[in-house]
Amino acid sequence: MARMKFLCDADRCIECNACVTACKNENEVPWGINRRRVVTLNDGKPGERSVSMACMHCTDAPCAAVCPVSCILSTDEGVVLHSKDLCIGCGYCFYACPFGAPQYPQLGNFGSRGKMDKCTYCAGGGGTEVPGSIEEYRKYGANRLLEGKLPLCAEMCSTKSLLAGDSEIIAQIYKERVLTRGYGSGAWGWRTAYRESIAI
Amino acid sequence: MSALSTRLRHALGTLVLLGIIASAVPASAQQAAPPPPAQSSQSSPLIDPDALAVNEQTLLGDFSRVEGSILIPNTRERVLIQPAGRLWDYFHEVLLRPIALIVIFGMVALLAIAYLAMGRLRISAGRSGKRMQRFSAFERFSHWLTATSFIVLALTGLNITFGKVALRPLIGPDAFSTVSQYAKYIHNYVSFAFVAGLVLIAAMWMKQNIPRKMDITWLKEGGGLIGSKHPTAGRFNAGQKMIFWFVVGAGAAAAISGYLLIFPFYVTNIAGMQVAQVVHSLLAAAFVAVILAHIYIGTLGMEGAFEAMGTGSVDFNWAKQHHRAWVEEEVAKGHLPQPTLSATPAE
Ligand code: HEM
Repeated sequence: MARMKFLCDADRCIECNACVTACKNENEVPWGINRRRVVTLNDGKPGERSVSMACMHCTDAPCAAVCPVSCILSTDEGVVLHSKDLCIGCGYCFYACPFGAPQYPQLGNFGSRGKMDKCTYCAGGGGTEVPGSIEEYRKYGANRLLEGKLPLCAEMCSTKSLLAGDSEIIAQIYKERVLTRGYGSGAWGWRTAYRESIAI
Repeated sequence: MSALSTRLRHALGTLVLLGIIASAVPASAQQAAPPPPAQSSQSSPLIDPDALAVNEQTLLGDFSRVEGSILIPNTRERVLIQPAGRLWDYFHEVLLRPIALIVIFGMVALLAIAYLAMGRLRISAGRSGKRMQRFSAFERFSHWLTATSFIVLALTGLNITFGKVALRPLIGPDAFSTVSQYAKYIHNYVSFAFVAGLVLIAAMWMKQNIPRKMDITWLKEGGGLIGSKHPTAGRFNAGQKMIFWFVVGAGAAAAISGYLLIFPFYVTNIAGMQVAQVVHSLLAAAFVAVILAHIYIGTLGMEGAFEAMGTGSVDFNWAKQHHRAWVEEEVAKGHLPQPTLSATPAE
């Protein structure tokens, strides 16, 4: 069984935000919700790097652990999905997430944040809807994984900075790149998300 | 009444301990975020023209949160990585439940021991058949407003802490989510009633709860259990004063930390909310334990105490036994005890 992960090769990211747009379009994400974003470090200076970030689908996902109603779970492929029917919008996953992934449709006053939304790895939702159904699409967005496709953000990436797929395969791709070009700023977030880094 | 002060001492000790833990856990979550890169042109150790790259390991070593700039309007999303989330997860899933269990059930055990050892504290002279007015209707209203909203807040709050291990397996995920959704709204809105009660209580009773000289004697004699004579007390004895100040302090802290969570990002960022949650949940456990002791003394633990908050008046002998100085002040003011229509027979 594959272990699905994201890997952003920051040495290739050109901050074009196509992944952000692709995600919004593919999943019909409501206004104000950003399942994926690009953060630029040292903007405008030598050594500037941009990283595309979304839910990393962590190992031992902290969001799933802290959820007071246990509405978040990991699939066999390591994709972290949640049920919007069970979610009570308390915001705890947002406190626990190392990557700022959980999003809420309302600003959140008086505890009325609304149902949490986050990157689903284009794998539908964790509710009771039939996988690939229109009901699932309306609530959670696309289920590309079901069709044998990877998340659209990674597939659209023009520089192939953002990689999605089985952990071993994308780690191998990254390793070869670093060896070929002679440098690499590391697999951003891997240490925190998966408690491992890619040894070159 | 020394049992009261022992209990209080125990509760205070627990609080200090909790305070240490609370200040230890969030420490790393509170470390300074990196300055926005655009402004920090000089003295940044991150720029290495040879390597030409910022490095995650260096950044995470230097700051507990990696923050950059972002093009989308939601600038809160500037935080790229905050490993402190895992630390907060550890607090919430590993530490919190055992700590809360020990604090709350520790108090239950202490009270059980107190009851077995001392039984119910009686009115030693028996009932006099004369009553003294102790709390006005408005005072009782304020007390019960605070008390009922506290119980609602405690139950709905503890559902967040323990519900998924205690209640969810019993009623199933769907019913539990529905219950928790309502519980959350109830917790969030009843908080306003609690704060209102707290403000009333503080305003009415603050002056009478300022420590006096006789409180020291009262504490030294353990409220009457050390030595043979019962120490005198004003309207509130030292034990009650400690409860009062704890409730005002912990209530204010619970309210502040709670509102930081209800209004996210108004005052704090994520690191602040993590700290607020730690403070809120630990304080809640201590609060519940202290209030359990308070309820015990007011009902089961002492004869004649509950009616003060129930009907507003107390038996004259009870008043003389526990609050002699207060009785003298009242009598001096001309507030004499009134005979009841049908004198309650002494037990
Ligand atoms: C006075 C104002 C208060 C406010 C504004 C407040 C607000 C909150 C909020 C926003 C939460 C997060 C979960 C949620 O969204 O429901 C929470 C959790 C909680 N509250 Fe309160 N609260 C207040 C008072 C209290 C009091 C007096 C108690 C205790 C007896 C209490 C006990 C708890 C507990 C046990 C939790 C769950 C902690 C956890 O396991 O994470 N709260 N509160």
